[in-house]
Formats: sequence, C-alpha cells, structure tokens
Amino acid sequence: MADLSARLRVERADGGFALDVDLSFPPGITCVMGPSGAGKSTLMAAIAGLVTPGRGQVALGDTLWFDDRRGISLPIQQRRVGYLFQSLALFPHRTAIGNVEYGMPRGLHRAERHERAHALLSKLGVDHLAHRRPRTFSGGEAQRVALARALARDPQLLLLDEPFSALDPDLRRQLSQLVRRLVNELQIPSIHVTHSILEARSLADQVVRIHRGVVAAVGQADYVLADCDPADLR
Amino acid sequence: MATCVSVCLGVALALLLTWRRLPARLFLDAVVSAPLVLPPTVLGYYLLVALGVNSGVGRIWERLFGSSIVFTLTGAVIAATVGSLPLVVRAARTGLESVDRTLVLAAHTLGAGPIRTFFTVVLPLASPGIISGAMLGFARALGDFGITIMVAGSRVGSTQPASIFVYDSIQANRESDANRMAIVLTVVGITVLYVVNRLSRKHHG
Repeated sequence: MADLSARLRVERADGGFALDVDLSFPPGITCVMGPSGAGKSTLMAAIAGLVTPGRGQVALGDTLWFDDRRGISLPIQQRRVGYLFQSLALFPHRTAIGNVEYGMPRGLHRAERHERAHALLSKLGVDHLAHRRPRTFSGGEAQRVALARALARDPQLLLLDEPFSALDPDLRRQLSQLVRRLVNELQIPSIHVTHSILEARSLADQVVRIHRGVVAAVGQADYVLADCDPADLR
Repeated sequence: MATCVSVCLGVALALLLTWRRLPARLFLDAVVSAPLVLPPTVLGYYLLVALGVNSGVGRIWERLFGSSIVFTLTGAVIAATVGSLPLVVRAARTGLESVDRTLVLAAHTLGAGPIRTFFTVVLPLASPGIISGAMLGFARALGDFGITIMVAGSRVGSTQPASIFVYDSIQANRESDANRMAIVLTVVGITVLYVVNRLSRKHHG
C-alpha cells in the first residue's frame, strides 16, 4: 500500500512543450486525461522508465525509482510495473500462456510458472485460450490476456495506456469493472490514460487533467470534470 | 560453411546498422553493400591483397596454421562469404526493422534485459527475414565465380566450386558435365528464390 509520487520534467525530442508535473498517485485508480499530445503517454513512459526525465524524482513509497540529483535511475526491468500498451503488444509468436509466463520471475520453477500463468488466465476468464496465439483472439480476449500478462510480475504499479479505446461500450464496461476489482484486490496505484469522461467518472478515484505538459486540474472526477468540454479531452 | 559465417556476421552487421545513432552508419552500409556493385574480380583482387602470403593477415595465418589462406578451402569460404554478405545483411536488416518496437518495450516492462529480449522476441520475429537472407546468401555463394576463382583458384584440393566446374567443363569440351551442373544450379537457384518468396509473403501476412 504505497503511493507513487512523480515530480518530473521531460523535454520532448521534437522540440515541443516539455512535460512538467508534480503528482501523487495513491493506491486505487487515477485516470489521466487531456487532449492528444498533452503529455499523457510521456508521463506513463517516464514513470515506467521507458523515457529518462531531464530532472525530477519518481518514488514508490520509500523506494526511489528515479532521482536526477542522486544519479538514481532504476532500470525498467527492476521497477515491477504492469504496463498495458494501447496496442496491447502481445507477442505474436507465443501462445497466451507463453505471453503470461514471459513476465513471471525467472527464479520460479517451470512447473510453478506454468501453474501461476494458468491461474492468472483463469482469473481473467481466458484460460481456454492458453494454447492459442494472439492472432486468433477477439478484441476483448486480447485485452484480458494482456492484462493477465501485466499482472504476471506481481506489479507494484499498473499503467494502462488507453486500454479499452478500441472496444464497444459493453465490453469496455465489463473490462473496466474487471480492472476495478483487480486494483481493489491488489491495493496498488493504477494509472489509466483515457479520453472517455464516462470511464473516468465510473472508474477513477482520482482524475488528473493535463494540458500542454502541465497539470490543469487534479482531484475527484466530479470536481475535475465539472464544466469540462469533452472536446478539450480529445 | 560460407552461409553459416555470413549469417552470423550478417545478423551482427544488420543489428549494428539498425542502430540509428551509429556513427557513419550510411558509410558502413555502403561498404557492406559494395560487393553488390563491384566487379567480382575487383573484390577478389582486394581479398588477394588483404589475405595473400605477403599481407599481415596472411603471414599471421601461415604462422598459426602452417598454410596460406588463398588457394585453399578457407580462401574459398571467405570469397563466398564476402559475395553473399550484402544479401544476408539486407534481408536480416529488413527482418529486424520489421519487429514492432512496442514489443521490445513490452519485453522490458516484463523484466527482460536487452539480451533476453533479442533472443526471445526480436530474433524469432525477424527470423523469416534472416532465413530469406541465409537462403539468398547460400544461392549466391553456390554460384559465385569471379571472387572465388581469384582467391581460391579453379580447384581447392579435391573439391571444385560448382560455377568453376561449369567453366572448366566447357573449356575441356565436356558439355554434358557442364549441362548437368548448370541444371543443378538453376534448380537450386529457382527453388531458393521460390522459398524466399513464400517466406516473405508469410511474413507480410
């Protein structure tokens, strides 16, 4: 049960405005919203360690993941982040269980890895896909397998980059509820990038609105999204 | 053997050339691709100069192994490798560049370091390109004439490169031998190209 704090500045390679934020993410779901190009994905990448900030500090509880002043920058492999990419990024040459096993700790015995991966797939309702490859999955099935894989490392933080944007509303609702249940169970911070006000209102414990690289508003959904024009979030 | 050497070397070079921050990347690319445009005799001449008994490499080799590189099987392997390398590098590079970058990032978020990611994600997904390159390289090595005859001569011990066998057979009026070998080389070449086409179609969906 640790908060994630992220105070960081990331200059953009294309010379656009810099991302400059100071945020805290308690256990639970934080939805990050803002128009395309506002810096949402850069924020996720910097927290995960896919992008190195110019300066700042990222810490999960007492553990420093990044601190430019102390020269600390924990490699992404050591941050134990469950990252759900927008494209899901399932390995096409591996089966569902192969994808999930890939994220399991290396020290585990093979049989145990297999058993745990099956348990995760089963928890997400896709155990029947265990030996099939991603190209045969439907949109919802692929999301569930990708989510199972993101949980494989017992993550301390979940990052979901517009995970449900390509799904129909029903499926989106189902998966949102599933994520809600998982986050409640794990008691870890979970950051979701979304453009959907509906999703943010139904799911978020906290909403962060970013505009041109800076935080425009942060707080509960009702407060942050009051008189917010949906067009400002696209 | 030349195919094995050029695949190992070719994948390493292709990997290096996909690294965008490599200094003088375009120049290195041009050097690696040069055998595609240079006359084989020129390449053979360069290899003779670089590996001959009077060269530094040739002298060291002779001291270590007691024989020269040129006019031996080793020379023939090197000649065939140089000729086939650009084909392997180009195909392997296309294969490596076709791997979705997000999959690499996903592997990192799942705890895999660069080496594990390369062998478990990049290499398997780039393999159709690498196999295509290996097959093209093999076909090229099989049919090489100019570089091989310059570096290894027309006969290496009891073995003779296939293309040189065709040349010698015609010179010696053994037309049926030349005919048989020409048919073998043609069948092998067309089969290889057909398989490469099938592989690349499979790879591109």
